[in-house]
Amino acid sequence: MSSVLFDVPGPKARRRHRILTVLTVLGIVAVVAAVIWRFWTTGQFDPDLWEVFVTPDYMVFIAEGLYYTLLAAVLAIIGALAFGMLFGIGKLSDHAWIRWPCWLIVEFFRAVPLYILITYLWALYRFQIEILAPLVIGLILYNGSVLAETVRAGINAVPRGQVEAAYALGMRKNAVMRIVQLPQAIKIMTPAIISQCIVAMKDTSLGYIVVAPGLTYAGRQIWREFENHLQVALVLGVIYILANSCLELLGRFAQRRLTESRTVDMAIDPADPTLAPR
Amino acid sequence: MDFSFLQDSGELILKGFWVTLRVFLASGLIALVVGTLVAVARVSPVPVMRGVGAAYVTIFRNTPLLLLLFITYYGLPAMNISFGFFWNVSLAAGLYTAAFVCEALRSGINGVPLGQAEAARAIGMPFTMTMTQVVLPQAFRLVVPPMASVFIALAKNTSLVAALGLADLAFRLQGLLRDYPSSRTAAFLTIAFMYIVIVAAISLLAGWAERRWKVVTR
Repeated sequence: MSSVLFDVPGPKARRRHRILTVLTVLGIVAVVAAVIWRFWTTGQFDPDLWEVFVTPDYMVFIAEGLYYTLLAAVLAIIGALAFGMLFGIGKLSDHAWIRWPCWLIVEFFRAVPLYILITYLWALYRFQIEILAPLVIGLILYNGSVLAETVRAGINAVPRGQVEAAYALGMRKNAVMRIVQLPQAIKIMTPAIISQCIVAMKDTSLGYIVVAPGLTYAGRQIWREFENHLQVALVLGVIYILANSCLELLGRFAQRRLTESRTVDMAIDPADPTLAPR
Repeated sequence: MDFSFLQDSGELILKGFWVTLRVFLASGLIALVVGTLVAVARVSPVPVMRGVGAAYVTIFRNTPLLLLLFITYYGLPAMNISFGFFWNVSLAAGLYTAAFVCEALRSGINGVPLGQAEAARAIGMPFTMTMTQVVLPQAFRLVVPPMASVFIALAKNTSLVAALGLADLAFRLQGLLRDYPSSRTAAFLTIAFMYIVIVAAISLLAGWAERRWKVVTR
């Protein structure tokens, strides 16, 4: 689409584009230079503030934090997938007494900020520190509710004919869901699930507020000792960006792999934002 | 469930609600302005600008908001730059959300029928005019639903400023949980309800805007 927004540039436009390119590059260079200059004049490049990140003991400490962050993320994703499957299918149930409670729970946890959910769960654990439980349970409830919506939309996106054909073959409701709808829905949902994994990964940083082990906790310990808040935040940011970029690559790979398959008609309803690839 | 804490703390909770609302509005404004600029850069004819837009989105979308808050809250003053406590934290939330606003807008720009941009070009409009007169006005209407979910996410994300000590709703909840151990669930539900009010208001507004500004295709 972006290619139809403008013509193939003529000589004038090419000159203008060159000028814009130079201006953009100059602007970026100016911003970076200003930041570096600020860093320099306020002594943020002081080796004492950075040395900790190449000190073996502290590198192990950060790696340990990364391990707990990844552990929390993996546990949260597995739990959220189970939660999402259960409630997503529950929302599609034929029985109103299953559908309504599922709807209420999913909508509630989707609307409540993760921060206050985790704080509340932490209070239920009597403010114990260095436990993962409040963080992981909070992540499961929130991401699970979002995934429940994804599951519901994914199942609805399976072509109607598939379900009708299955019923025509004499399958029961249970078998139709298990053998026909779910396998195809999972294929459709994979990109959305992976982008939710990135969200969950980022939200593990909230372990900071409940003093749960993880990257941000390790960061807090380091800046308490070295008074280098800015440096810690920058280094942790880079770690998070790298981890999430890996997930994003995986998501793109999965999407290409799955959408190239010829067995399923992958036309996704564009009106349904829950399935739109991010 | 014991809601008696409302008698003593009701006023504090309302004050917290007001702070949450202010952070939301301030960061929402920053997000809208910066996000639109980045979105235009991402579809511009100049490859370098497209690259800058893409880099902005990658960086800000993949960094947890909490870390951005640390950078603006601790980092900016350390570098002798400060816009004041309130604006420092709003800036982080705004820049973070701008990445999502940009992606929502870009999907909207991609959703405007090809013929519109082609027609604009055919009558000789340059890129800037095509964007401002033809594509963006339609794109803004198309993006109402995804934009609403971006702003709902922002409203919930503003709760993170409590981690830095800004006395918003989430901060008040922390106080209530400590002061009234016997009515923890009641306190949680009260604060959750106030967030749900904000979220519901955004949804209603978005629903109204969607109906009001629907692009009628003939």
